[in-house]
Amino acid sequence: MYKGIAGSDGVGIGEVVIIKEPELKYERASALTVEKELERFNKAIEELVEKTNAMSEEVRKSAGEAEAEILLGHVMIMSDPALSDEVRSLISDGLTAEAAAEQVLDMFAAIYEGTGDELTMQRATDIRDVKTRLIKALLGAEDVDISALKKGSVIVVHDLTPSMTAGIVKENIEGIITETGGKTSHSAILARALEIPAVLSIDNITELLKNGQSVIVDGIGGEVIPDPDDKCISEYRAKREEHIKHKRELLKLIGCETHTADGIHAELVCNIGKPADCKDVLERDGEGVGLFRTEFLYMDTDRLPTEDQQFEAYRAAAAAMDGKPVIIRTLDVGGDKEIPYLGLEKEDNPFLGYRAVRYCLKNPELYRAQLRALIRASAFGNIKIMAPLVTCVDEIRAVKALVKELMAELESEGIDFDRNIEVGVMIETPAAAVIADLLAAEADFFSIGTNDLTGYTMAVDRGNHKVAYLYSVYNPAVLRSIKRVIECGVDAGIMVGMCGEAASDPLLIPLLISFGLNEYSVSPTSVLATRAEILKWSKSEADKVAEEALSCTTESEVKDVLSKYKK
Amino acid sequence: MVSKKVTVTNPEGLHMRPAGVFTKSVAVFDSDVTIKFNGKTYNGKSIMNVLAACIKCGSEIEIECSGSDEEAALAKAIELVQEAK
Repeated sequence: MYKGIAGSDGVGIGEVVIIKEPELKYERASALTVEKELERFNKAIEELVEKTNAMSEEVRKSAGEAEAEILLGHVMIMSDPALSDEVRSLISDGLTAEAAAEQVLDMFAAIYEGTGDELTMQRATDIRDVKTRLIKALLGAEDVDISALKKGSVIVVHDLTPSMTAGIVKENIEGIITETGGKTSHSAILARALEIPAVLSIDNITELLKNGQSVIVDGIGGEVIPDPDDKCISEYRAKREEHIKHKRELLKLIGCETHTADGIHAELVCNIGKPADCKDVLERDGEGVGLFRTEFLYMDTDRLPTEDQQFEAYRAAAAAMDGKPVIIRTLDVGGDKEIPYLGLEKEDNPFLGYRAVRYCLKNPELYRAQLRALIRASAFGNIKIMAPLVTCVDEIRAVKALVKELMAELESEGIDFDRNIEVGVMIETPAAAVIADLLAAEADFFSIGTNDLTGYTMAVDRGNHKVAYLYSVYNPAVLRSIKRVIECGVDAGIMVGMCGEAASDPLLIPLLISFGLNEYSVSPTSVLATRAEILKWSKSEADKVAEEALSCTTESEVKDVLSKYKK
Repeated sequence: MVSKKVTVTNPEGLHMRPAGVFTKSVAVFDSDVTIKFNGKTYNGKSIMNVLAACIKCGSEIEIECSGSDEEAALAKAIELVQEAK
């Protein structure tokens, strides 16, 4: 068995087809006149542009708009004046069109790879894809024809390029295995759009497998099993059936209201990192945004974003959600999130240091700009403001006072905003949990951030493998905190949500129902699965599980009880 | 020749999609369009040049246009980095 990265879920069972790009051999020095060589280049580009435009149309039908745009990007690279200028000059120096194209495109790819910027670095893949195709076009070499692969094929390839995917006939391809790429690479995105199971990043897999070999691609577990026996095949067939059935069941839940089996309503919203993510939220039927992390505005830039830039981003999210709630967390800098231009000093204990709301309240200029942008954007939708890492009542009071002051300021400037904008607290420290009753009297809502709450409560860094075993939300200490926070919020009549990974954990959902959680904020991909879990439980059944789980004394006992009752 | 310093306010900076819109839109002008950023000069009509510059939201860039329709080209270029989505 080979282990890789699960790039696209599902199970595929089929026969290996190894796709190898032929080695492209060409002369460096041209035997032709400069004019003839240039003509070859121009003709190749023209052909390639035409072909790629057609491919993009195909991909639009098979995989979707976003994937088609990748290929339109390739057309832009091919028609780039900088490419033709540089190539022309190299050809004038006596190089063949192939050598010139390779040199220029390799240079650009290297520049992109050297930027250190993730998005730009990914574009190098596109440039290399264009390079290979351009040289092939010049040499008259055939593209590997993936569209001709017979039913039941598993594609094994070094890297799945966008141009290759254009030829994929979905029905015939059981799975994809690559040697490179991660969850966010082109290969993964394309495989997911085509709904083909994929396992990525297995070293040397094009050598390890043989053409025609029988193979299982487990895109859920990220495993590739060569030469499976009959027992193994039937096991995986069952797994595949179950997966397909499960997916189909979930799709039926689009448009359903989220409630418990006995009709108690819950809000099922999403965690996002940028306004563009709202599209995913709506596609997956999220009922709003429970956590919009604003760090992208500060991190993907080399200076502080202005009030207007922030306003634009918040307005876009509020407008996209069209009246559905959008909880926006104010800047959570510090801890593991560094923003170089703020010039924060290195600290011995960054997680216990100058971060989040502590930093913001000490830097009123920065905080005022963000809060003003948030309040202004509230005129365009249902925005709520959430302060992170609150540990005492003074902090939420200070945030609320600042919001009030800024509202008066905007009022006097004649700028419109939502006068009832809610200001809530993210509960992620043991301190906040212990004084949840006091905070509930000040805050308009709570949202429990279970990732940090677990870390701080257990005093454990989950990245430290020697102690990571302690990092578990099933610890009685963490469960008691969660229970207390929810109960304090419910008693005070405010909404209590949860925006950590725990909110979509099927084992925990009965407990959260029993405790009275109002809002579950999960990643867009988990919306339907979480809705399905909530629908399974009635309050009385959930209470029974909670009672037994809370009587346990150890983490493993809790987990056993929850697993025993899992539906 | 005309030029202007502007701050990029498009939240995505000048990454793939906005860079594509930018280069396509300025390509229709006769004038040369160059972007100066971080001490380097980039061809504003070349998607590969613009991407290589790695221009992010909040970056200050100088756009320079020279040619018969330089005024119109500059106005369009500025509009694009400040409003392009």
